[in-house]
Amino acid sequence: MPNDHRHDQDHTDPPPDIELRVKSLESLLVEKGLVDPEALDALIDLYQDKIGPANGKHVVARAWTDEAFRRWLLDDPNAAIASMGYVGAQGEQMRVVENTDDVHNLVVCTLCSCYPWPLLGLPPVWYKSAPYRAQAVVDPRGVMAQFGTEVAEGKEVRVWDSTSEMRYLVLPQRPEGTEGLSEEELMELVTRNAMIGVEEARCPESEVRKA
Amino acid sequence: MSGVHDMGGMRGFGPVRPEPESEEPVFHEEWEGRVYGIVRLMGLLGLWNIDMSRHNREQLPPADYLANSYYENWFAGIRQQLVRTGLISKKELQTGRASTPVPEHIMEKVAHAEQVRAAPYMTTSYVRPASSSPRFSSGDRVRAINSYPPGHTRVPGYVRGHTGIVHEHYGSQVYPDLSAQGVEEGRHLYNVRFESRDLWGESANVNSAVHVDLWETYLEPAP
Repeated sequence: MPNDHRHDQDHTDPPPDIELRVKSLESLLVEKGLVDPEALDALIDLYQDKIGPANGKHVVARAWTDEAFRRWLLDDPNAAIASMGYVGAQGEQMRVVENTDDVHNLVVCTLCSCYPWPLLGLPPVWYKSAPYRAQAVVDPRGVMAQFGTEVAEGKEVRVWDSTSEMRYLVLPQRPEGTEGLSEEELMELVTRNAMIGVEEARCPESEVRKA
Repeated sequence: MSGVHDMGGMRGFGPVRPEPESEEPVFHEEWEGRVYGIVRLMGLLGLWNIDMSRHNREQLPPADYLANSYYENWFAGIRQQLVRTGLISKKELQTGRASTPVPEHIMEKVAHAEQVRAAPYMTTSYVRPASSSPRFSSGDRVRAINSYPPGHTRVPGYVRGHTGIVHEHYGSQVYPDLSAQGVEEGRHLYNVRFESRDLWGESANVNSAVHVDLWETYLEPAP
């Protein structure tokens, strides 16, 4: 028996390295037939390359250029977003919250990492980190300052804590001096961070400076 | 449960330190993507729901939960869940070699590449009928109940005992406290607005409010 025990030990000590441990689990699941390797690669590719903030930027730029779409997006976000094809897991129940002259919105998930994947892709590390989850609700202005964003005291800061299966997207204010820009040009001014609410949309640098 | 995952309002974690948006990769290490993919594919087998996954991670040892990176927590969570549901045995996990067959009805649910590429395939509906009509409507004053259940819950600690105003009724949706125990029941869900000064007192930011989604069970009428 002691022999058996030692034998066991040799095989039970998990490889110390997380990379090896993940590889070991993956090959076990593939061997058992629970993971189709091609499906695993396809899923990773999907979130690495295809589902990302460009989707959200497209929605925002359309709302900026098409007033009927903007209203639809605010009144019935699921239908408006689905009309552009951005449907998928963690985006089933959307609410779009609009920044105005009076209100600035900010999204967080204090309990885990809820985030609208079909529109923004997977969340950045900071969004899932303890500092952001802890501070965004108690000191949103201080958090935004860490991103270089200052919201005037006269403007209400409204924080949305994603505690259910509803997902929130911020519709940033359209920057001044962007009249006449195409949907494609406007998309470049929309950042992921602006759709989370820690920043404003970018200003078109050259035009503004010239003016 | 109130645990270290319930972070809203905690101090002492330091600054946020964001990476520049244009430079941040989706996955910082290849294994992170593998963990993400494995967790999603295993979820599609339908043996557990999102609340069970969350509760599983919430039950990691608190010191580990805080010290681990995000995907390390996902990895720890999925290992536990695979063993708990019998999809893999402890021995298989230890040896890395398959020794028990997977039941046919589970094998039939294994997702293939073409299903994965069709994103709508992976959506979930959270809407379920409630057994009663909604107790609250927009504009009602409500208080988040003071309760510290040992199981999974989605009332953040920082709103418990505080009064807010119903902003919107979101219909009836899967109630997470029971869902984490494998029982699916619809209950009314509301978005409730709390004024920051009511939550945080003197320490509150000026001119700010926090909106939180709360199921009816978490709320009581407030004067």
